[in-house]
Amino acid sequence: MAAYLVRRAILLALSLAVSSVALFVLLRVLPGDPANALLDMGATPAQAAAARHELGTDLPPAQQFGGWLRDLARLDLGRSLVSSLPVASEIAGRLHVTVPLTVLAFLLAVLIAVPTGFLVALRRGTWYGTLLAGVSQLGLAVPVFWVGMLLVTVFALRLRWLPAGGFPAEDWAAPAAALTSLLLPVVTIALVMSASLTRYVHSAALDVLDSDYLRTARALGAPLRAALLRHGLRNAAAPVVPILAIELASTFLGAVVVENVFALPGLGSMLVRAFAQHDYPVIQGVLTLSTAAVLTIGFVADTAQRLIDPRLRRTATGTSA
Amino acid sequence: MRSRALVAGCVLLGGVVAIAMVSALWTPYDPADTSGGRLEPPGPEHWLGTDRLGRDLLTQLMIGARVALSIGAGAVALGGALGLLAGIAAGFAVRWLDDMMAVVLDLLIAFPTLLLAMLVIAARRGSLLSAVTAIGLAMTAVVARPARQQVKRVLAQDYVTAARTSGTSWPGIVAGHVLPNIWPALAVNLALQLGRAVLAEAGLSYLGLGPPPPNASWGHMLREAQATVLVAPGDIVAPGLLLVLLVIGVNLLADGVREVADPLLRGRW
Repeated sequence: MAAYLVRRAILLALSLAVSSVALFVLLRVLPGDPANALLDMGATPAQAAAARHELGTDLPPAQQFGGWLRDLARLDLGRSLVSSLPVASEIAGRLHVTVPLTVLAFLLAVLIAVPTGFLVALRRGTWYGTLLAGVSQLGLAVPVFWVGMLLVTVFALRLRWLPAGGFPAEDWAAPAAALTSLLLPVVTIALVMSASLTRYVHSAALDVLDSDYLRTARALGAPLRAALLRHGLRNAAAPVVPILAIELASTFLGAVVVENVFALPGLGSMLVRAFAQHDYPVIQGVLTLSTAAVLTIGFVADTAQRLIDPRLRRTATGTSA
Repeated sequence: MRSRALVAGCVLLGGVVAIAMVSALWTPYDPADTSGGRLEPPGPEHWLGTDRLGRDLLTQLMIGARVALSIGAGAVALGGALGLLAGIAAGFAVRWLDDMMAVVLDLLIAFPTLLLAMLVIAARRGSLLSAVTAIGLAMTAVVARPARQQVKRVLAQDYVTAARTSGTSWPGIVAGHVLPNIWPALAVNLALQLGRAVLAEAGLSYLGLGPPPPNASWGHMLREAQATVLVAPGDIVAPGLLLVLLVIGVNLLADGVREVADPLLRGRW
């Protein structure tokens, strides 16, 4: 296990390095001059050169990259071209929306998907098993922002039960108001995310239900519920845990999109605004952070999978052939 | 036809393809025609009403089908070709190169499509081509990883060893043994990716990162409809509904192909 952890940690470090290079190359070296964001329409070449000097984009790429890595190590992500504020503190100021939104939506999605997946597997061939399967098919095909728009139209604009968007100015100092404004976005993301998760849980549950050890446990007189709890859950969890990591990453991305439906002041709206204004330091900062988060979640999930399923510990690498 | 999913998928996908083809020849109005009243409700003149500039929504919806399908198909063609090439290359490569490609693919596959597409679009501004490039590149790893595994599985077979010893060149082995054997699984995966590409394009367009008008897509229509949702709440229905029907159709098609190709998987999704 220790050797595996070391190897997997090296892989994580390598992935972080590769992805930061890739991000840098994509954003700086490809055509398109970030300095244009600082300039007016009729800027002179001298002004353009000054802007490039200010951004440091007149230096050779290798030197730029070195400087960016040094800054990154000090958690300095540069300054926004638009607001001139440090990107790191702007990001920090927005996590209080995106993180609760992602975590709550993910938890709700798991709470929906695990019982549903098992139920569909247990009730093969019944009408409501088929119905649940159909609903989950639908969830896989629905764009998350459209679900958000529909829910806003019904519950905020028609019924006026919940706010249509925004976040209280008092922030989490007004916990009830903050939670109320997150309720519709959380439900939106969870509904869509639970659909794909249900599929995986269903597939894992089918494997467990068809397994020899469960039949043996039942033959020895264990009631189905006890046999499932004792043998089924852990076996079903092993293939699902790494999927959870990918789902958590997708939930985060869902949050990025859905924040724009509900006008929530989180990372997503920050990213979209930065795209619209060609604010490269902000784009780079938000995407670097997102990448690091996605890769770290994957690392944690792979490790957790080994803790759950001892059979995997015998092979050297976590990746299947 | 043995599979109900296959039939239903063909019908749904065929319907959207038909709309897209009709839109290339005829639309009720010119997409740039602003002669209608602003935000008109559905009526005999404009069946789905008009947007805030007075443009016909049915016209936009029909053109949206063409945009969705062409970006989806383009992205699948690009991502599928690159992914298949990478998968075959890794399958034939020496051990260390193959191991390295496996690690890189594991890394890339953990990346959500939309995030990768945003990265590409950050570098090249929104156009029809950059949307195709972004989504297609983002899809490459998702195609390449299973393709690599299947290529390796085929290459380990005795009949491949037999072909090799009898002097068949590696392009001959790819054409004669690898492609015919991995084709069903690849087709299922590509169909699923078409659905994901269409959803990714809608998401990008909704966020304002998609191709600019007049290539307005369903995602763009939804973005516009949201701005006027208080006056014309009905406008958010049609583009979303068509989007969902198209993606369900493609997913069913994938299920159907899988069922026909592998009867053992029947009843699984």
